[in-house]
Amino acid sequence: MSYGTWIMLTGSLVGVSCGIIGCFLILRKMAMLADAISHTVLLGIVLAYLVSHSLEGIYMLVGAGIIGLLTAFLVQVLHSSGVQSDAAIGVVFTSLFAFGVILLSAFAGKVHLDVNHALMGEITFIPWNTLTIGGMDLGPSAVWMLGTVLIINLILIFLFYKEIKISSFDPAMATAIGIPVMFIHYLLMSMVSITTVASFDSVGAILVVAMLIVPGATAYLLTDKLLAMLIISAVIGVISAIGGYYAALVWNISISGSMASIAGLIFAATFILSPRYGLLSKLLARKSLITE
Amino acid sequence: MFNDLILTLQDANTQWVLFGTILLGVASGVLGSFALLRKQSLIGDAMAHAALPGICLAFLLYGTKSIGWFLVGAALSGLLATYFIQVIINHSRIKEDTAIGLVLSVFFGFGIVLLTKIAQSENGNQSGLDDFIFGQAASLVGNDVRVISGVAVVLLIVTWLLFKELKLFTFDRQFAQGIGLPTGLLNGLLMALIVSAVVIGLQAVGVILMAAMLITPAISARYWTDRLDRMVIVAGTIGALSGMLGTLLSSMANRLPTGPVIVLSATVIFLISLIFAPNRGLVSKGLKLYRIRKIVARETVLQTMYDLSEEASITNKKLLFSKEELLTRRKMAVRKLDSNLKRLEKEGYVQRKEDLWYLTESGGYEAHEIVLNNRLFEIYTMYEMKFASLQFATNDVWDYKHIGSSTLHELEQLMAVHERTPKLEPKYFGEGETLRKKKSSQRAEKRKKEVKSL
Repeated sequence: MSYGTWIMLTGSLVGVSCGIIGCFLILRKMAMLADAISHTVLLGIVLAYLVSHSLEGIYMLVGAGIIGLLTAFLVQVLHSSGVQSDAAIGVVFTSLFAFGVILLSAFAGKVHLDVNHALMGEITFIPWNTLTIGGMDLGPSAVWMLGTVLIINLILIFLFYKEIKISSFDPAMATAIGIPVMFIHYLLMSMVSITTVASFDSVGAILVVAMLIVPGATAYLLTDKLLAMLIISAVIGVISAIGGYYAALVWNISISGSMASIAGLIFAATFILSPRYGLLSKLLARKSLITE
Repeated sequence: MFNDLILTLQDANTQWVLFGTILLGVASGVLGSFALLRKQSLIGDAMAHAALPGICLAFLLYGTKSIGWFLVGAALSGLLATYFIQVIINHSRIKEDTAIGLVLSVFFGFGIVLLTKIAQSENGNQSGLDDFIFGQAASLVGNDVRVISGVAVVLLIVTWLLFKELKLFTFDRQFAQGIGLPTGLLNGLLMALIVSAVVIGLQAVGVILMAAMLITPAISARYWTDRLDRMVIVAGTIGALSGMLGTLLSSMANRLPTGPVIVLSATVIFLISLIFAPNRGLVSKGLKLYRIRKIVARETVLQTMYDLSEEASITNKKLLFSKEELLTRRKMAVRKLDSNLKRLEKEGYVQRKEDLWYLTESGGYEAHEIVLNNRLFEIYTMYEMKFASLQFATNDVWDYKHIGSSTLHELEQLMAVHERTPKLEPKYFGEGETLRKKKSSQRAEKRKKEVKSL
């Protein structure tokens, strides 16, 4: 496969995994928690490196998974000890992120990781960092990692679909009929963490947030059905990835940044034009009411 | 260590930076308090991220690095982002947190696009722009600090002048509107103030961590006081303190970046507040809880003894009870029951005959009071609407002695209707004998007294 195809494949995988997880985050009103996790994952990666001295994907996944869960847990702890939830998120993610940055600069000489890379990602280098097993070139390792994470996510969602759905729409009822709501919460948070870290290397922390939130929010304006929302969100993720790649080629700009911008444009268009929840249709509906 | 500190303080550059970060801490602490109380802390985060494209655009248009134009660009795009967030919340079914995350990430992504564009352009002298992402307090020069402190002072003065209006607007927007305050204007003004605080902080602590400067000092201050004026002062002080600590620590340990160290100092202050603050802190809350549990356990034991005595007196059994009986009536840890019985024995309220326990006469009085109080409370909760005039809040301590006599009478009547009146009078407690025996012995005593007086 050519260089461009690999990049588009990577971007699309990011778009699909993030798009699907993002829907649940939006429905559960936890978008900002995802934002927090995407920042604190930096600490997880740095710690994983300091412990294992390697940049292997599996260590990163474990480190980020642990820190992601820790973030969700600390937010929960602060919230239950009386801190309002937005402030709890703000305090936890900024301090963990600050700690990560400090570690990173304290060990700057030894860590082959730089902060800009972590923030903005370097999807351009993805195709060169290939996975070879027994001398066979199996394609970029990022693709393998993203693919694995996507499959894990899909399996988990398939297994717990009903539970996740009920606890997203009606947590009180879910608790009443005996669904382990806290378990589902932390399950989702660990899915967010591993998705974030898998996407992190290719697209960076901030774009992960864009890919988590924007496609889901767009899909939310287009449909009322959860399954449809998941599919639309994944498709929008792919479209922004591919569109972003071509836009970046044309104007010679950061690929990850342009993916986020394209996603933003798609959202803006949907926000205005969506047949049911768009600005325009609302205006028209109001007008027709007035003329009647 | 101390010499290091002196040396650091003598450095002119450090003095500038110190001055800048302290003023920044004060301004962001003060404005963060308002954002926090309006539950909009994370909007500050969005503003900070959204400032990036503004800074880049200012650079593209103006051509070189200029703090003044950067501030203007950052403020404009920050305000635009806030406006978008409001529009999305007001005109679609998307909730606040999603709207914030969406605008934040798209603006930041666009900022990165612009940043790469600048890097390739002719005058790609963009080294100063990268600083805005993580902040580079050490690179602050006299001119930057002058701008930062000028803006900070203006922000503080505006807040001081409009304090009453902002306070009213923060706590009760409807009321503020009702008495004719221009709430739309105030909202815009507050947003503009917060954006300005964010913007002047960008160079020192960076886009990502600026949110902490707004949130952490404010939430720490919230633990120390319930009054807005004091909270604002405390938050400003904490902001200044963390700015100072962060700057000094990072300039003494060479490799540490200032912004994150400032944020971590603020976090440490927050943790101290969270744990040790009077009234709201975890330690004092824990102590309070411990005290209440102790009182409740003691009351529970007395009440259980009374309940059992009441039942036993009907069938004329002895008023003596084993620990097992107490435990089956009301579940409780055995050790807790033991310690409470021991304490009550010391107080003279209960006594034991071998393995059986009974209420003494003074214990009877105490238990009767507790049971009466609790049963009246039960009746109150049954007829809560009827007694709404009591204005009893959830966390108030219920004490029937503070209730007016007519209401109390009503409650007592209802208690009689439900057959919950404590039937066993305290004077019938004593040695744990049966009610009949006690009554007859009391009668005998009475007769003896009468005979004597005759």
